Amino acid sequence: MLKILKYSFFDLMRSRWAYIYTAFFLLFTLSLFWLSGGLSKVIISLMNVILVLAPLIATMFGVMYYYNSREFSELLLSQPIRRTHIFLGQYLGLALSLSASLLLGVGLPFALYGIFGSPEIWNFMMLLVVGIFLSFIFSAIAFFIALRNENRIKGFGLAILVWLFFAVIYDGIFLLALSLFSDYPLENLAIGASMFNPIDLSRVLILLKLDISALMGYTGAVIQKFLGAAPGMVVSLAVLSAWVLLPALGIRRLAARKDF
Amino acid sequence: MRNTTIIAILCLLSSFSARGRTITVCPSCTFSSIKQAIAAAAEGDVILIKKGTYREGNITVDKPLTLRGEGYPIVDGQNQAEVLTITANNVVVEGLDVRNVGTSYLEDRAGIRARRARGFAIRNNRLDNTFFGIYLEKSSDGAISGNHITGKAVHEMSSGNAIHLWHCKNVLVEDNYLRGHRDGIYLEFVDSSSIRLNTAEDNIRYGLHFMFSNNDDYFHNTFRRNGAGVAVMFSRRINMWENTFEFNWGRASYGLLLKEIYDAEIHDNTFRENTIGILVEGSTRLKYRNNEFSRNGWAVKISGGCLDNEVEGNNFLNNTFDLSVNSTTNTNTFNGNYWSSYNGYDLNRDGRGDVPYRPVKLFNYVVNRTPEAMVLLRSLFIDLLNFSEKVSPVFTPANVADEQPLMRPLIFRRKAQHQK
Repeated sequence: MLKILKYSFFDLMRSRWAYIYTAFFLLFTLSLFWLSGGLSKVIISLMNVILVLAPLIATMFGVMYYYNSREFSELLLSQPIRRTHIFLGQYLGLALSLSASLLLGVGLPFALYGIFGSPEIWNFMMLLVVGIFLSFIFSAIAFFIALRNENRIKGFGLAILVWLFFAVIYDGIFLLALSLFSDYPLENLAIGASMFNPIDLSRVLILLKLDISALMGYTGAVIQKFLGAAPGMVVSLAVLSAWVLLPALGIRRLAARKDF
Repeated sequence: MRNTTIIAILCLLSSFSARGRTITVCPSCTFSSIKQAIAAAAEGDVILIKKGTYREGNITVDKPLTLRGEGYPIVDGQNQAEVLTITANNVVVEGLDVRNVGTSYLEDRAGIRARRARGFAIRNNRLDNTFFGIYLEKSSDGAISGNHITGKAVHEMSSGNAIHLWHCKNVLVEDNYLRGHRDGIYLEFVDSSSIRLNTAEDNIRYGLHFMFSNNDDYFHNTFRRNGAGVAVMFSRRINMWENTFEFNWGRASYGLLLKEIYDAEIHDNTFRENTIGILVEGSTRLKYRNNEFSRNGWAVKISGGCLDNEVEGNNFLNNTFDLSVNSTTNTNTFNGNYWSSYNGYDLNRDGRGDVPYRPVKLFNYVVNRTPEAMVLLRSLFIDLLNFSEKVSPVFTPANVADEQPLMRPLIFRRKAQHQK
């Protein structure tokens, strides 16, 4: 598995798309620094971009990479290698290369502008951790969808739909539910609902660091109490890990059973 | 400042009149207690209290004397009694370390109290664990300066105020450090007084609290991590400038609360990381100029019934919400402010944006109705909602807008902020 992981990783790191992805983050972060300057302001702007783009790119890459390397996978399948190793290796290679791009693209400008030794370092770390989690989660979901669907168009469509659901539609339904049931105490529902969407959960985790003043308002106090404290932090990181593990287990199961 | 000159003259006068004998108090002297020394002193004498611990309560200063501590002698009330009560005019108390007054639910005990006194000066004392720190009643023309007052207040009901003024006039409260009380400074029926260069932090309720007080000024103060920074209620003509309000967090916390006040000027203040920068209720004809609001939850929250407020030339930097209003009628004006979330253009290059900025967002309206929706802050869906509302306002009041938003933040030149 390690060999396949290594192969996939270096194959992807050498590809044009990885360069473009890294270069995009590099340029974007640098231009944010030129425009605004303040570390915390850049972190807020980057948050929006990472929360939307990291899942989108991971989804697209995941589906694309699976379909493109299908022939190679078939070649590997004819070798005496365990099936699950092949696909999990490819998935991990992909997720790691995406994370590396993100880390490089965002990390370099921040290092240049002196994030180390600034009090914002923890907010920045949170941003990176969340970005990496999101890359892992959404590339796993994409791989899972691609494995299930032989039809490329269908696979692509479904993957994009999943991304759209988590990034936009979910929040819409969430908001609707909140305003429909606004007569009831909803704090726990609000916390619970954000646990079921990795993008929301990541957003709340970063907000707790950045928008603390507003969140300390009415409901915020409840959220802050739960997520801001150490046990809440552990719970939310565990939930994020579960979001990686579930589709990864799905990949394993599908890979073992699938008839190629 | 008229008040200040009067006070300065009075202080001068009191120091002239204090050219009497000097009576020394120390544990091994003829006078080993402060009470004995006061009883033996004549008007205008100086009582010099040497370093040591004096376990005395209910000391009454009933003639014009100067009580001067050397090396901060400790005067301990042993949690049973009020320590020092001034009932005469022209009394000076300086350099004492007053401790342990003890909580009482029956009377407002204080570390140092002045009752019907004029021309007093209470300066450079340390007060610790005094239920009320310095308590002035029906006193005038004096100064409280350079005191360091600390307490360990936990509940609002069982704690006192660090500096408490009731029915006073022409008082200067300057350069004090106040922490761990109910209110840092409490003013009730106090007119023509100045509060300046004080630092109030970690108080349970307010850093500074005005009730029914008129014609007062407060400036160059810092209010940090209090239940709420400053509350100005039922008062007229209070001017506030160059104060710093920061880190006042909580579900009902604000930097500055204005309730039923009229004709005030609020300028050159800094509001940093408060849950609500300024909360305005039923206040009319206020002017807000050259203030800086940065990283607050809500920079300004204006409730209905506030008329003719002018918000001009302020910086709004990275606040979660710049403005919240809860009525659709609006007679308040917003003009020429810098809003960091403004993204219009300036074609004629006059430094002012060509499209008006609407500081009230749809999400603001949503959060007012269902506070739990705060979890969705900064999500893509909310950004889309805000954008569509911006294009065609339906829920947010269309007339709350800055017609001439600035393109660049204003640079304020402030005097060096006093930090303690």
